[in-house]
Amino acid sequence: MDILQQVGREQMRTDYPEFKVGDTVKVHYKIKEGAKERIQVFQGLIIQKRGTGISKTFTVRKVSNGVGVERIFPHHSPMIDKLEVVRFGHVRRAKLFYLRAAKGKAGRIKERKRPMV
Amino acid sequence: MLGLIGKKIGMTQIFDADGKVVPVTLIQAGPCQVVCKMTVEKNGYEALQIGYEEKKEKHTTRPLQGHFKKHNSKFYRYVKEFRPTIDQSIEEMKEGDTIKADMFNTEDWVSITGTSKGRGFSGVMKRHHFAGFEQSHGAHESFRGGGSIGQCAQPSRVFKNVKMAGQHGNKQSTMKHMQIVKIDAEQNLIMVRGAVPGHRNALVFIKKEF
Repeated sequence: MDILQQVGREQMRTDYPEFKVGDTVKVHYKIKEGAKERIQVFQGLIIQKRGTGISKTFTVRKVSNGVGVERIFPHHSPMIDKLEVVRFGHVRRAKLFYLRAAKGKAGRIKERKRPMV
Repeated sequence: MLGLIGKKIGMTQIFDADGKVVPVTLIQAGPCQVVCKMTVEKNGYEALQIGYEEKKEKHTTRPLQGHFKKHNSKFYRYVKEFRPTIDQSIEEMKEGDTIKADMFNTEDWVSITGTSKGRGFSGVMKRHHFAGFEQSHGAHESFRGGGSIGQCAQPSRVFKNVKMAGQHGNKQSTMKHMQIVKIDAEQNLIMVRGAVPGHRNALVFIKKEF
């Protein structure tokens, strides 16, 4: 089992700022179009973090033109150029799936203090 | 250089050059030793007998002790013969040669033989992916059965190979055309794309494909 956890260790990313479920983030994702490469920003709320090691992922949810859009990013993906935290949210759940059905007031998230660096 | 004996360590994933996720299986491959070389003159066919995982002499059965001693070999837990295909030659190999994971290169194609996970006596839904029956709408007694297994007075028997319940898994299985993604020659580890039959620590045979 130990050897298995060593796999892909050199591919792991440690350059992200600390972010938790409930935070609003901007994910700068590299997109390859033929030979060209550009960066697309996906801004939304972290509603889930799952997995361990190299298989770790996080889910970002945003509401675009009234339609909910969710995107799952591999945490250690080399295609993520940069990740920044826009807003720190205070939540009492590890998974925020209730937000999918929540309307209006129920869908708000309180801001928490910035973590001490 | 026909193949290796190894153990499946488990599955994980890595990112390729395009940043895409590649599912990989990690295999502890070798180091193995050529115990005995079969030749056309002596044995009537060509093959290499390869040993993997040393064990003590006292743990070896007497007949095998004699075999290993005759060929001045160490004592091995697993021994397997690999026969060369038409375009392979074993001329340069001799008894006592060690074979390591570096016999393979990245992007080589291999076929991997193992024993699939045993699932015991399983029904047709698990074993043959039958659809079963409805759980409601007046269905009764039969929910996971296979339905009819044939006709009536003609032919008045059940045809051979009709899919029915029975032992599922724990059977030799070969995955052909698997690609090697990465090799760690120091630790004798190889990484192949996709899944390999068997549970963790299961014995697998890795054969070179051309």
